[in-house]
Formats: sequence, structure tokens, C-alpha cells
Amino acid sequence: MTEFEAAERRWREAFDASSGAGKRLANRSGIEVQPLYTARDWPGEGAPEAAFPGEYPYTRGIYASMHRGRSWTQRQLIGLGTPEDYNARLREILAHGASAISLIPCNSVYRGYDADEAPVELLGTCGTVVNTVEDMDRAFRDVPLERISCGMNDPSPFTLQALLLAVAKRRGIAWTRLTGTSNQSDCLSHFVANHMFFRLELAGARRVLADHIAFCNERAPGWNPLSVVGQHMQQAGATPAEAMAFTLCSAVQYAGDCLERGMDPDRFLPRFTYFFDISISFFEEIAKFRAGRRIWAKLARERLGAKDPKSWRFKFHAQTSGADLTRQQPLNNIARVTAQAMAGIFGGLQSLHTDGYDEAFSTPTAEAARIAVATQNILREEARLTDVIDPLGGSHYLEALTDRMQERIEAIIARIDAAGGMYQAVRQGLVQRMIGESAAAFQRSVERGEQPVVGVNAYTAEEDPDAYRSLDYPERARMEAHVARVREYKAARSNDAARKGLDALARAAQGKENVMAAVVEAAEAGATHGEICAALRRELGFGQPLIVV
Amino acid sequence: MPERPPKVIVTKIGFDGHDRGSRVVAASLRDAGMEVVYTPPWQDIAAVVKLATEEDAEVIGISSLATDHLLVPKLMAALRAAGLGEVQVVVGGIVPAKDERELLEAGVARVFHPGAALEDIAAEVRSLAAKSRAMKERAFP
Repeated sequence: MTEFEAAERRWREAFDASSGAGKRLANRSGIEVQPLYTARDWPGEGAPEAAFPGEYPYTRGIYASMHRGRSWTQRQLIGLGTPEDYNARLREILAHGASAISLIPCNSVYRGYDADEAPVELLGTCGTVVNTVEDMDRAFRDVPLERISCGMNDPSPFTLQALLLAVAKRRGIAWTRLTGTSNQSDCLSHFVANHMFFRLELAGARRVLADHIAFCNERAPGWNPLSVVGQHMQQAGATPAEAMAFTLCSAVQYAGDCLERGMDPDRFLPRFTYFFDISISFFEEIAKFRAGRRIWAKLARERLGAKDPKSWRFKFHAQTSGADLTRQQPLNNIARVTAQAMAGIFGGLQSLHTDGYDEAFSTPTAEAARIAVATQNILREEARLTDVIDPLGGSHYLEALTDRMQERIEAIIARIDAAGGMYQAVRQGLVQRMIGESAAAFQRSVERGEQPVVGVNAYTAEEDPDAYRSLDYPERARMEAHVARVREYKAARSNDAARKGLDALARAAQGKENVMAAVVEAAEAGATHGEICAALRRELGFGQPLIVV
Repeated sequence: MPERPPKVIVTKIGFDGHDRGSRVVAASLRDAGMEVVYTPPWQDIAAVVKLATEEDAEVIGISSLATDHLLVPKLMAALRAAGLGEVQVVVGGIVPAKDERELLEAGVARVFHPGAALEDIAAEVRSLAAKSRAMKERAFP
């Protein structure tokens, strides 16, 4: 017996003799977690280059300098009320130094309607009402479009980007100078999970997305046309391993569609981005991101045939999990968001949104939004989490867990591949069933008390009714005035030009032309968001997600 | 004759599509022995009223994660106008306190917030279904 083995045996005996030691623990992805990890559990990186960030397969990060060189992007979600309300908030955050911004449209916009087609009660309560090129111009008034990076929450058929491009052209700004991301372009995730964004039938949404990727690659090459969203699935109940696996399978499916059109993987893959949830399962989340990076690098290189390292790099934005936040004792959520954000930072994210502590009962108030941003600044500049790249790399536990997560994720990918890929798997309801089962299992573990949630099933306290200040909705009269303005726009523009644009769009959808190019032309011709969505729904079908209960 | 199980519609009105909560609650009510009619999101109010009539529902559960509950007072009025005043309506999800007061004033029986236990939801729905049945029997003996 070696000295190591003798020491290990002594520890094991002492451990087994202690109380409570026999309890088995598993993480959310179902991986059993041992009480101790040693060098025996992790043989090392293997290839010498794998020990370094910026080197294949990027376990330690996709760039050589990671957060030591440049902070992650702080991209908070914003959007409420009228375009003017949005503009005021946008200019405020730009004045505070932000360059990465986002636009969250009203849910009526998400569903593909103009303000004059929606109940006024709901307008502007969860996002900004933007329907026309005039609205988009107002939203970005006095904002230099070429100097910001805009996370546009804009599902297929990407009308908001089209309106933004129209505004840029009016202002004489070349589309090649615009940077940003189409944040809600992943139609598979909308079919399965966040159904609000599912506007067009899956086959049509799939085709329009491929058109969109081709359009952006050619006409707006600084724009990321695709963000594959694991966040929706994890918020809907998928385990971290499932969410990562489904995301990777979706990315492979979209890349396959582009390859089928004869597109070069090294042209479109560098513009693929990802968006994940960060739950409070701390080490599991870090391992999820490290494993995901590794698997993507291999998929891009070996399965998709990409040769440029830019195509192998797994760039992702992440958001702290709202589903982990509680209504009870809401200030506790600041601690939860802190732990979640740390997991994302240690996981090597490129961009981060931290949730407001009041998410379980309100759209974030100004105070909650401020604390959320401050949390990021404190972690970086006071706690100094970014002094060292991948600071938990080499931890026996984290490295072993990264390997186990990789195995688990790859096993789920194999299951989806066996079902014929992600499109087939979602059409069969396989992914929906897996998510539903995981959501129910997690809920049961909370209700049985196996998963404590402070303030909910553990350490509960009398509720303080004063703890629940919520954001005021936009004034009804102002939203009504905005609806009138949208109606006036439709009456005042050249209906002939708009009609021609919409007719050309319908023809593009019927034939083989690039639909995204036609969407942009329709927007430039004065067609509104709702009209473009309606035209495409007529041609390609109204999106009806497959819901499995 | 064994008593008929409570009849519950679980649905979402408005524009939002976050349905984890409604799916989990629907499945748990079904597991608790109730008859659950589950719809996809985005139902309009007329569709919910029609469904409640056709299904002879006793309780309607509305899930709201993104301000769709602001339409619930309209639903309450539409139910009353359709002569379905005995149907009990509960709302679950993200509902600010000031909105909760308005919903209760509009006739909503109960608002469930995040963290509500499935067991408690099932018990409340069962008792509201019994209340609805009793009201109906009084009206149409």
C-alpha cells in the first residue's frame, strides 16, 4: 500500500465513523457528489495546451486573458413603457458608462402585434412598445447607434432589428458598423420552453432563421444573428446538464441548416452565441460551463468541420436564475444572486445580467436594478474574483465534476441524436417530457424538504408586508396616447409603399428568396412590426408550440 | 355514488408564455384526483368563458408571470355576464401586492404567490370547487 492509499484509508475510516456521513448527495443534474475529491479523481488536463485558457478545448476559458484582461460585459435587461420612456432609461445607463445595452419589447410585441391590436392594460408593463420605424427612432434618439452593442430581444422574423437597420440608414450609419445580438432567435427553445417568442410555425421559423444568419453574415457582419438559449429550458425546469445538452444540440441543428445551404462554417460559427441560466447550484453551474465549452469546441471542429478557432469558441451571456429567487424574505435574493453570479464568473462567461431581488413579485424597481449592477462591480473590484483566470481550475472536485458533467451532457446529446436531432426530438415531445419530469422532480424535492429553500420551506418567518414595493406601471393615458400615435403613423405613411413591401415579403416567403432581406425592405418601406409578423404568419403559419403536460 | 371530482381549468390569458408554473400546478391537481382542463397560453377572455361553460368548470386557475393578471378583472366581469358567477377564480404567479388587492376586490377568490405549496393549492382549489358546486345547487336546485 502506498502512503497515499494508507492516508486515504485512515480518512475513510474516520469519515465513516462520524455522524451523518453516510448520507448520499446528488446535484440537480443527478450526479452523485462524493464527500471528498483527491488527485485520484482527476488525472490532470491531458494535453499540455488544455492547461491554458484560449487553447483548445477551452476548458479554462475561450480567451488567453479572460476577465484579467477585460471585464465581462454587464448587460442588464431594460425596457418599459413608451419608446420615450425607454430612451430616457437608455441615456441614463449610457451616461453611467454602459455600452452594452438591451431592448426588451412589450409582450404584445413578442407575440407579434402592434399596440393598436393589444389590450391597453398590458401595454408597456413588461417591456417597451416599439412597432414602427418612428418608434425605433424615438427609442434611440441621441444615441450613437454605431457606438453601442445592442442585445435585441427579437424573435423570428426579427422585425426590431429590421426597424433598427431602417433607422441606421436614415441616419447615414452603415449597417457594417452596427454591433449587437439577436437575443431571441432560437426558435427551438421557444417551441419547447419560453413559448411567448414562438411566432411562426417551426418549419417557417427555422427557414427564416437560416435566412437571417445568411443576411447578417453578408449585410451586417458585426451582428450576432443567433443566440442559442439554454436559459429558457433551465428556467422551465431542465437540469443544468439537460439545458447545456439541448443548447448544444440546437446549435448543431442550426449549423447543419447553414451547411446545407453551402455556407462556410468559419463564416457563420464565429457569430453563434449562447445564453444560459445560472442556478444557485454553485459548483454544478461552474462545471456546466466548463464542460459545455469543451464539448462545443469538439463539435464545431469535428462534427461541423470548422477550422478557425473563432468557430470553436463558446461565447455566452448568462443570467442569474429567477426561478431560484423567493418572494419570501426578498432581500435574501441579493445573497442568492451573488452566489449565482460568482458561479457564472468562475464559469468564464462573456456577458452577465444579474437579477433584481424583487423579481419574484415585481418588474425590478430602480433600487433593485442598481443593487444588481453593484453586485457585479463588488464581485469584480472588491472581492477581486477576476485577478486570476479560472481560479478554481485544478480543484480536484471541480475538475472531476467537469468531467462527470461532460459525460452526462454527452449522454443526453446521444439521446437527442438517436431521436434524429433536436428538431425531431422536440416534434416528438421528447425534450418537453424530459423538462417536465425534471421540473416536477425538483418541485417534489422542495416540497419534501430535501431541497431547503430559505424562507420557503426552511428558516421561515412572518411575512413583512412592507417588503413588497413594486414598480409602477406606465400611466394608462400615456399608453393610450401612444396607441393613437401608432394609428396615426399607419394613416399618414404611404400605404402603397408599405403594401408593396409586404407583398414582396409574402412572395419571398412563398419562394426561395431571403426572407430577412424582404423583412428589412418592408420595414424600410414603412410596414410595421405587427404587419410584418401578420404577413409571415399568413405564409408560414401561426406558431403553436407543442405543450406536453 | 362516488362524488364527482372537482373540475378545474388551468390556463393563461394575455401575451406571456412562461408555463412552468401552470404545468406543475396542473399536474399536481390531477395527481390530487381532480379533473384538470389544461390549455396553452394566450387564451382570450371569451375563449376562457366558453371553455368554462362547455366544461362546467368549478374553478379557473389563471397563471400570470408577466402582468397578464391585469386582464383578470375583465375576465371576472365576462364570467358574471355569462351567468357563471359561481365559478371560482384563483390567480397564481408574480402578482404585486397592490394588484392583489384589486384582484380580490374584483372577485378573485385567492392569489397564490411563488413558494406556495402544491398541497395548499390543491386543498384550496378543492374547497373552492365545493363552494362553487354548492352555489350552483342553490341557484339551480
